[in-house]
Amino acid sequence: MAAVEKIFNDTITDRETQDKTLKWVGTRAPRPDGVDKVTGRAKFGADTYLPNMLYGKVLRSPHAHARIRSIDMSRALALPGVKAGVTRDDFPDYPAGAVQPAGEMVINYRDMTRNIMAREKALYEGHAVAAVAAVNERVARQALSLIEVDYEVLPHVIDVEEAMKPGAPLVREDLITEGVEPAPEEPSNIAKRVEFGHGDLDLGFSKADVIIERSFKTQPVHQGYIEPHACLASFSEDGQAELWCSTQGHYVARGHCAKLLQMDVSKLRVTCSEIGGGFGGKTVVYLEPLALALSRKACQPVKMVMTRDEVFRASGPTSGASMDVRIGATKDGRITAGEAVLKFQAGAFGGSPVPAAAQCAFAPYDLDNVKTIGFDVLCNRPKVAAYRAPGAPLGEYAVESVVDELAKTLEIDPLEFRLKNAAKEGSDSSYGPKFGPIGCVETLETAQNHDHYLSTLKPGQGRGVASGYWFNIGGQTSATLNLCEDGSVALVVGTPDIGGSRASLTMMAAESLGVELDKVRPLIGDTSALGYNMLTGGSRVTFAGGIAVHGAAGDMIKQLRERAAATWDVPIEDVEWHGGQAVAVNGYKDQEDPMGLLDIAKDMAKSGGPIVGRCSTNAQGAGPSFGCHIVDVDVDKETGKVSVARYTVIQDAGKAVHPSYVEGQYQGGAVQGIGWALNEEYIYDENGKVENAGFLDYRVPVCSDVPMIDTVIVEVPNPTHPYGVRGVGETPLVPPLAAISNAVENALDIRFTELPMSPPRVLAAIESVG
Amino acid sequence: MTREHITTTINGDPVEFLCDAEQTLLDVLRDELRLTGSKEGCASGDCGACSVTLDGRLVCACLVLAAEVEGHEVTTIEGMAVGDQLHPLQQKFLDHAALQCGVCTPGFLVAAKALLDRNSNPTETEVRFWLAGNLCRCTGYDKIVRAVLDTAAEMRG
Repeated sequence: MAAVEKIFNDTITDRETQDKTLKWVGTRAPRPDGVDKVTGRAKFGADTYLPNMLYGKVLRSPHAHARIRSIDMSRALALPGVKAGVTRDDFPDYPAGAVQPAGEMVINYRDMTRNIMAREKALYEGHAVAAVAAVNERVARQALSLIEVDYEVLPHVIDVEEAMKPGAPLVREDLITEGVEPAPEEPSNIAKRVEFGHGDLDLGFSKADVIIERSFKTQPVHQGYIEPHACLASFSEDGQAELWCSTQGHYVARGHCAKLLQMDVSKLRVTCSEIGGGFGGKTVVYLEPLALALSRKACQPVKMVMTRDEVFRASGPTSGASMDVRIGATKDGRITAGEAVLKFQAGAFGGSPVPAAAQCAFAPYDLDNVKTIGFDVLCNRPKVAAYRAPGAPLGEYAVESVVDELAKTLEIDPLEFRLKNAAKEGSDSSYGPKFGPIGCVETLETAQNHDHYLSTLKPGQGRGVASGYWFNIGGQTSATLNLCEDGSVALVVGTPDIGGSRASLTMMAAESLGVELDKVRPLIGDTSALGYNMLTGGSRVTFAGGIAVHGAAGDMIKQLRERAAATWDVPIEDVEWHGGQAVAVNGYKDQEDPMGLLDIAKDMAKSGGPIVGRCSTNAQGAGPSFGCHIVDVDVDKETGKVSVARYTVIQDAGKAVHPSYVEGQYQGGAVQGIGWALNEEYIYDENGKVENAGFLDYRVPVCSDVPMIDTVIVEVPNPTHPYGVRGVGETPLVPPLAAISNAVENALDIRFTELPMSPPRVLAAIESVG
Repeated sequence: MTREHITTTINGDPVEFLCDAEQTLLDVLRDELRLTGSKEGCASGDCGACSVTLDGRLVCACLVLAAEVEGHEVTTIEGMAVGDQLHPLQQKFLDHAALQCGVCTPGFLVAAKALLDRNSNPTETEVRFWLAGNLCRCTGYDKIVRAVLDTAAEMRG
């Protein structure tokens, strides 16, 4: 009997379910949504149309910081073809403190209503100030030009260090820093201070033979999803509404929009389109509440799609940061103390990922004395959104750079140095909890023995390594399995599929049911189809969704056994589920022919009605994922251009349900990291306006910039998951920044402490050392 | 505003449409003809998500005015499979897991087909430079390049 079946028949520990008898989990099975995506049939956010539909457009602030004295919509609304307009007056205000957690970020409705539509002030260039809906895009654009906004332009602040200085222009005049005792009397741009750690830093540093202290600086980068934000809203006269949108969480979007429009959550039905990338950037709402508000006024459907320029100026990005790191170690390579101070740009509203950065910065290490302090700092930029392991790439860039320098100073191999200090099962993490089974050591040992690490560099090349960590999360998840009358099964899940999760969830459902994979067809239900689902993020979907589909399968199998038991007139205890069939056991063994799904399905009506396997859970026990990257670079000393010659990602997946898509996560994360390390940055002019809001000037890696990305999937099972799954999507973006910086240092003998290491910056550094 | 009357061929079929002088081919493909397989990622020719061919030449539909296709032949992703037979590139993209979110995939397929129509035996470097006008933010390009090289090998026999 396959162990995965056993769990439904009697009691065993989940850990025992991880054996070699798996039929689908771990294979490279066909992807359920694949054909639609290679034929152009798949419908993304901008791909739907409704009869009588209007086009919505947003007027955005041309100023980085300005008080809005008045907004006159009258001329715009008088233009023939314009059907509705909305401003700050169309959205209710919320008091400070209207806060709730959402995924990896915290939602503050006072701030959210101001971010989707400027209220007292425009807080960044691109901040929405008004929106209109018209019969076509041309008329809508013309209407925007007729809106009259009276601005009082205010001094602005872009840089995080500048924003922290006394006397800096205040983004919010009444902001008192949280997390400081006693509370400051004066307002500042510092929204919050956080601190994590344990032990005694002074004692730790006193034991060190070598102490290295460095300061780092990075620029904000955008998630860079290829599909711009898009939605289609349709409000009816009775106050019900439907919303189609590209989102990482349609239940979350529903909650936000209902709150922002003051309507019952149940009256808003949200359907997620196929999503053209998100990386965290589509966990929030921008256009959706505006389209709903316009549709409510016009009583017609309203479609809104951002331009790429708007995506850059008004959505995302992640924080830029200033970071100070100090680490001490003994001569034999044991870290005695680590300290980091991280200052993160939050953008116009608090909520940067600095807490996560502070928690992850030293996570790969088992330290007696460690402290990280984070500051969440407002400035006149778009409010940051989550970006793949939010915050962690920055904190670990700084720490892993200093770790590398320590290893070099102590003349210890960088992987050996990391292994001497590596976190393992039972280690107290640098941010609190004790680690369970983790794969940090396994990834480092795999790296040590990898052909890449053992190979000889070509002249002029440099090699770098770095570790990375992300928590991964679980959270509220629902799934149902509906048995169809022909014995096939319809799987309904509620998490948008951003990179192949329909494949992994279907494989786990088929595995748990013991049926053929092509008998299970997945669908992502709208918000009316299932109980609540948290968003797709935190690398949670294959973990938490796997628990939910496994639970739904268990619920269905229980009913299938009951139906078979009733048909055979035997006690339920004498019916087990083996190989996708109900089988009579014990005293009834071999007395009844096994009943498969078809046998039970065709008589469902007679045996008790529809069979629906359900599971709604708040999944706990997400398994952290560690990774180690190895990279070789060439540096062109005439131009300063850094090229990646070879790249290997090694990461613990717990269990790779679909190895191809796990590899894809590793490869995609590495290449996003290459962009972040070498080229990507927001460039602002003196007036606080973005100068590179397009893919020509904001340069994400293209195909000819990168080599093949080798991958090694390490599998240290997560004992709390029926198949051992950890999340895999975010950790791949954590190590690249430091790994590449360490490789450049190895090639040039120059330590860069600023990102990106773009050609002008690298050339200047080469020339400065002669 | 007077609209232009355009007669053209799209995916082998005769097509007529009306358009504003300012509308791009991408606007018309999507908003007038509902051929939404071509995507708008940038509207500036930088991302390649709207790649189509115009008389066999690879172009970004966002950089072509709709009125320019009068009398010419346009091929989009919707014209790639024949009946229920996927083009070998489409099948290899699936086999190699060369897509994650899939929004860039139509553009990559159209661009890759244009490459293989010209060069049946491209090197990895040639594939990478040919596809450098198509952005993918999910895959890191590895599996896309492998899928294209594998397709070329299979089509050569």
